[in-house]
Amino acid sequence: MKVLIRHQKREVEVAGRRRVREVLLELGVNPESVLVIRGAQLLTHDAQVSDDDTIELRPVVSGGAA
Amino acid sequence: MRCQRCRGDASVEVRRHHTAFCNEHFIEFFDRQVERAIEGERMFTRDDRVLVAVSGGKDSLALWDVLRRLGYTATGLYINLGIGDYSQESYRKTVAYADAQGAELLVADIPQDYGMSVEEFARATRRVSCSACGLSKRYLFNRVAVDRGFTVVATGHNLDDEAAVLFGNLLHWQTEYLARQAPVLPSTHPRLARKVKPLYRIAEREAAAYAIIRGIDYIVDECPNSVGAKSLLYKEALNLLEQAAPGTKQSLYWGFLERGRPLVAAQDTAVLRDCIHCGQPTTAEVCAFCRMTERAAERMRVRRAAASVPPQDAPATDPLQPAVPAPPAGE
Repeated sequence: MKVLIRHQKREVEVAGRRRVREVLLELGVNPESVLVIRGAQLLTHDAQVSDDDTIELRPVVSGGAA
Repeated sequence: MRCQRCRGDASVEVRRHHTAFCNEHFIEFFDRQVERAIEGERMFTRDDRVLVAVSGGKDSLALWDVLRRLGYTATGLYINLGIGDYSQESYRKTVAYADAQGAELLVADIPQDYGMSVEEFARATRRVSCSACGLSKRYLFNRVAVDRGFTVVATGHNLDDEAAVLFGNLLHWQTEYLARQAPVLPSTHPRLARKVKPLYRIAEREAAAYAIIRGIDYIVDECPNSVGAKSLLYKEALNLLEQAAPGTKQSLYWGFLERGRPLVAAQDTAVLRDCIHCGQPTTAEVCAFCRMTERAAERMRVRRAAASVPPQDAPATDPLQPAVPAPPAGE
C-alpha cells in the first residue's frame, strides 16, 4: 500500500494486508501523534488496510507560542 | 472497532475514555465535552459576544465551528503575523472558512500596522520567534476584544496544549505561571477581556478528527518558526507516556486543576495598571508589547540610518481591519 506521511512530506510503500497499528509500528510513528485517513474516512488502529489502499498519516501535533 | 453508541464501524478511538465512535457519535461526544467545559467553568453564555482567536489551524477553526453550531455568537479574529507563505496560506484557509459559513471575521495586520513582522520583532529584540508571536497575539486579541465590545476571548488551546505547558512549568517550577494556568482567566482590569479555553477537555487528536469529519480545510503544515520549540518536545514526551498509559495527559492537567492549582493560585499577585503608552493593562509602566515594538522600531531606525535607507511612512495606529464587514461594537 501507499502511505503518505504528511509531516515528513514523503511517501512510502508498505507491502501486505495488515492492521493500521502494525503499519504505524513498522514506520516508527507514535499512534498518538497522527490520524490515519483512507479516502475521506478516518481509520481506527485495528482497521485492516491492504495492498491496494492509499492511506495518509496526518500529524495532529502543533506547537509554538501559547 | 465498534461505535460505543450505535455499534456501527468506529472511526475515532478515544483511548483515554476506553471508547470509540463513528463520525456522527464522535461529533456528539465532541459537542458534549465542549458544552461541559463552557457550562462547568462558566466561560460564557449564549448572550455573550465571543471573540474567537483564529489562526487557520485545526484547533481554532474547530473551536469556531463548534461554537457557532452550538448557537453561540462567535466572531473570528485573524492576526496576520507576517510569516511569509505560512501566514498567507493560513489567512486563505481562514477566509475560505468564514466565507463558506457566512461567519463574521475580523483581521488585524501586524506588518501593516506596526511596520514589521513578528519575526522582525523577534530579531530586533533578540527574543525567540514564538515569544514575540505569543506576546503580539495576546496583546492584539485583548485590545481588539475590549475596543470592539466583546465580553470574552476564546482560544483553541486543547488538552495537549495545556498538559504540555503544565509539564514545562513543572519541569522548571515556574510557580507564577502555574498560578495563572486555567481554562478561564477572569477579567481583573477594565481593559482586560476574560480569556477562556473551551477545548481544554479535548485532546489534540480529537480536535483534528473533528476538523476532518466536519470537512474543515485547515492548514496542516506547521509554522516554520515552531521547529525545535520546547512545547513540541514536551508534547512528544507526553505522547510517549499517553501511548503506554492512556489518560496520562488528562490526569496530569485535570488533576492539576482539581488538586494542584488551589495550592499555587495565591501566588498570582500581579497588580495591573494602564500602560502609559497604549493604555492596555500591564504590570509595568510600559507594557511588554509597547516595549518590544518600540525597541524594534528604534533598532530599525538605527539600521536604516547606518545603511542610509530613507524611513518608511509611520505605521497606522488602528490595528484592525474588517475582512468581512462587521457591525459596530455593541450590536
